[in-house]
Amino acid sequence: MLRDEDRIFTNLYGFESPFLDGAKARGDWSGTKEILDLGRDKIIDLVKESGLRGRGGAGFSTGMKWSFMPKTSNGPVYLVVNADEGEPGTCKDREIMRHDPHKLIEGCLIAGFAIGATATYIYIRGEFYYEAANVQRAIDEAYASGLIGKNACGSGFDHDVYLHLGAGAYICGEETALIESIEGKKGQPRNKPPFPAMAGLYSRPTTVNNVESIAVVPTILRRGASWFANLGRPKNSGTKLFCVSGHVNQPATVEEEMGIPLKELIEKHCGGVRGGWDNLLAIIPGGSSVPLLPKEICDTVLMDFDSLREVRSGLGTAAVIVMDKSTDIVKAIARLSKFYMHESCGQCTPCREGTGWMWRVMERLVKGQAHVEEIDMLLDVTKQVEGHTICALGDAAAWPIQGLMRHFRPEVERRILEYRTRADRGARVAAE
Amino acid sequence: MPKLTIDGVEIEVAPGTSVLQACEQLGIEVPRFCYHERLSVPANCRMCLVEVERMPKPAASCALPVGEGMVVKTNTPNVHKARKGVMEFLLINHPLDCPICDQGGECDLQDQAVSYGYDRGRFEENKRTVSDKYMGPLIKTYMTRCIQCTRCIRFVDEIAGVPALGGLARGEHLEITPALEAGVNSEMSGNLVDVCPVGALTSKPYSFNARPWELRKTESIDVMDAVGSNIRIDARGGEVLRVLPRLNEDVNEEWISDKTRYAIDGLKRQRLDRPYVRGADGKLKPATWAEAFAAIKAKVDGVAGSKIAGVAGDLVDVESTVALKDLLNALGSQNLDCRQDGASFDASNRAGYIFNTGIAGIENADVVLLIGTNPRWEAPLVNSRIRKTYLTGKLKKVAVIGQNIDLTYPTEWLGNSGSVLTDLANGTHAFAETLRNAKNPLIILGAGALRRGDGPAVQAAARKLAEAVGAVREDWNGFNVLHLAAGRVGALDAGFLPGAGGRDLGGILSGAQKGEIEVVYLLGADEIEGDRFGKAFVIYQGHHGDRGAHRADVILPGAAYTEKNATYVNTEGRVQQARLATFPLGEAREDWKVLRALSAELGQTLPYDTLGQLRQRMVALNPVFGALDRLVPAAWGPFGTEGAVADAHFTSPVENFYMTDPISRASQTMADCTEAFLKPALAAAAAE
Repeated sequence: MLRDEDRIFTNLYGFESPFLDGAKARGDWSGTKEILDLGRDKIIDLVKESGLRGRGGAGFSTGMKWSFMPKTSNGPVYLVVNADEGEPGTCKDREIMRHDPHKLIEGCLIAGFAIGATATYIYIRGEFYYEAANVQRAIDEAYASGLIGKNACGSGFDHDVYLHLGAGAYICGEETALIESIEGKKGQPRNKPPFPAMAGLYSRPTTVNNVESIAVVPTILRRGASWFANLGRPKNSGTKLFCVSGHVNQPATVEEEMGIPLKELIEKHCGGVRGGWDNLLAIIPGGSSVPLLPKEICDTVLMDFDSLREVRSGLGTAAVIVMDKSTDIVKAIARLSKFYMHESCGQCTPCREGTGWMWRVMERLVKGQAHVEEIDMLLDVTKQVEGHTICALGDAAAWPIQGLMRHFRPEVERRILEYRTRADRGARVAAE
Repeated sequence: MPKLTIDGVEIEVAPGTSVLQACEQLGIEVPRFCYHERLSVPANCRMCLVEVERMPKPAASCALPVGEGMVVKTNTPNVHKARKGVMEFLLINHPLDCPICDQGGECDLQDQAVSYGYDRGRFEENKRTVSDKYMGPLIKTYMTRCIQCTRCIRFVDEIAGVPALGGLARGEHLEITPALEAGVNSEMSGNLVDVCPVGALTSKPYSFNARPWELRKTESIDVMDAVGSNIRIDARGGEVLRVLPRLNEDVNEEWISDKTRYAIDGLKRQRLDRPYVRGADGKLKPATWAEAFAAIKAKVDGVAGSKIAGVAGDLVDVESTVALKDLLNALGSQNLDCRQDGASFDASNRAGYIFNTGIAGIENADVVLLIGTNPRWEAPLVNSRIRKTYLTGKLKKVAVIGQNIDLTYPTEWLGNSGSVLTDLANGTHAFAETLRNAKNPLIILGAGALRRGDGPAVQAAARKLAEAVGAVREDWNGFNVLHLAAGRVGALDAGFLPGAGGRDLGGILSGAQKGEIEVVYLLGADEIEGDRFGKAFVIYQGHHGDRGAHRADVILPGAAYTEKNATYVNTEGRVQQARLATFPLGEAREDWKVLRALSAELGQTLPYDTLGQLRQRMVALNPVFGALDRLVPAAWGPFGTEGAVADAHFTSPVENFYMTDPISRASQTMADCTEAFLKPALAAAAAE
């Protein structure tokens, strides 16, 4: 369990002021100039050493991502912060922006310096109005104190930070769709290559990072890469915000060490599963797009990128959705299918057509109004979507269904059988 | 030059080539819907998926640039499975209404479903339906068939240059929709029908008319403007049912204008299908060929050659102009003019009246100056070439002397008065410096600029400007005249111009008023008011009962451009041959044959009995007619008459793009377009 002195987000619950006075008291903006004085390459090396992996879901090494940026450029270079936290179940960036926005802004300056960016765009979800107000106030405070803007922190480095409000589309959390949206276009993902590091925002080299990835950087650099690397497990180091929701006694967003056992996370921080651990049915460990895990796996699994991958799920955004035995698991996944159908941008064929098809079949499976063969057909359809689309939304729509069938196929088949029996009996009664 | 392996075959291609293009170079067919070689690449249909070694997922080959050492496989079970999956997705919400769909038989989806479709559907749910949209009188929509490839959106954005279409909503509710349901107001909108890979956008005038396999296809040349677009005429029986573009990178690429495509219903209305002779009561009466020729002979016999004149119209082919010129010369007349619009300019030097740069040459220009022309209406394909060059970034600036209108690319308006041209030619205008600094400056002189009384002076000023700014060099000729009429350059090349001591159009008309001209032979000339011929005896030879026929004393029915084997020379000076797609209507005959028969009647038998002999005569008259389908650079030399350019405004002569000649004036579709697209604009202008 994470010791209190190893916490990065010390104001996660908003007990102190989120603004500059409180932030400085918590240690933010201390020695920022000295950090910048380390130089670009050193900062990137330190972030690589710390083993920080992107907190937005894919888990790609943050330092590595920064190192893809061109070392010299004859024009503007951008850092874009993805604050379009839309993954169902996820509420970690919201807490950061609400209660600790200065961590993010200091992170923007340092990350922006490391990649040689002229400006940062924070793309915040439109629904986060209160959070946007807090971030904007923090930006204003930082400008007023000379922490960002011209000659930020007295380092001689100029860096502007802009806040951009989205309009509520889930797909705008995809990095290239987000870039399109900032440019004022319809939020539809771009084809890759070219990757944003080559041609991103306004066709300039761009790095897109999650809020949490950026917000932890100043603390990592202050406390040392090895401190961060020694937390958690090898290759899955550091601390992480876990958002636990669903059928637990005390839903919470909590900072914990990577690799904490899932059961410990729930029992220690959330008051356990409603009705006790044995009442657990399944858990979606990383936000709506990753496959669910049945109780047997939840008993022992560790919460980090590689452990969850081993059980064919993923850490995603570490949004833990707990479902106890009162849950209609088929209906729950059908609801997620509906979400992905609704949020598909409609650009590329497999996702546009496949998400609607999958949802409709799922709706029938909820009632059992289907043939058993259709389960395999549905799985085949998910395979036809997965990996064939421009962005990962197609994959995200396919995985929950694959997870359901992997672990709860008997339940689905039982419903089909039950429905058939009922229908047969109905037919017999009608015939008599 | 990256080297890659596709299906075990090694190939070296230019950097920046996509994998799909590399596959095509090897002759490997890759199915696609959204990819179009002239549009941007969205890679959204996902049909062109291929396997690439060391890539975890199948990649869309259209958007994947080749890399050194790449190993691509297009024919593995995985690729087939992926494509079949995409095809299945495209079909689940596509109606199976091929039997009643106009795209049937030439549908990409249909064709590719044969290769990649499952033999039965697995989709048991309800299909999606989409409400149809209004896209104007030319394009019929059936949006349920749409597969959201977005080719249409990209076409109007990139080629047509009007942001008229967009995608509304998202996910499976994504619909292609015109802005405010206001139609697609573009001269190029008909190409949407060709661009659409399915039956969502089809041709409204052609709807439910024919199946592609019923049609007789004739490769020919268009005459609706002076571009000479290469077209394919699809006919069934004696009826031309549609016109489609034919690929010619140097002229029209693979696009045609709406007038080219849709004015053909004008070929069925107002046609002259038999000779007429004006009776003693002043009314035109049907007659036989013999009676018509006899009436001409009775009038012409005994009239001195100097009292006979000939005017060639806009749609005339070279064969008939040469035949008429030979006939009139034989009758002793030198009163010939092919400029029925009254333009006056010096035609002694070919470089002075053609589009020297060539249409494809526009792509090398970096600064363009338009003088008294609206290329958007006068030659939409020249305009789209300018836009294309602008989009590549090579074209830095387009300046306009004349009307300040939206040409689909940014322009700098220098003013509309003649003095601007004078200042430029004298080098006192600031823009002259921009032209001088340009690598390849391009000057386009519109037909409207030569139509003024000071045409020769305008021509000379433009020449002086071109020479002064270095637009005429060994490797570059940036002096261009943009003609409006398909027959003009051919007639000029044939020398259908006043001979020694002959009268030009003005002279002919004033002579007719004074009685000095007694016989006027109008070869398809319809743009001159009838009363200007005074009491002269007017012979009209043509295919439509338009202005010329109304005034005529004898009407000789000729053939329209789809009904004859004929030669046309486009504004670049490119000699192209049109081919007969349907036979001339009723008793009408190919025009040169009419003239040949008449010459025998008049006792001045022309020395050619076959088309081959006539074409030999043409080449003897001017060797350019022998150079088919290619550009012969014209030698630069002095032309024009130095003089004062009047201060009058430069304007484009085209007031209605949709109606510029007898065929388009007779077309119901063009009338509908005028009603839909031009009337609202006029009303709005009036309201201001």
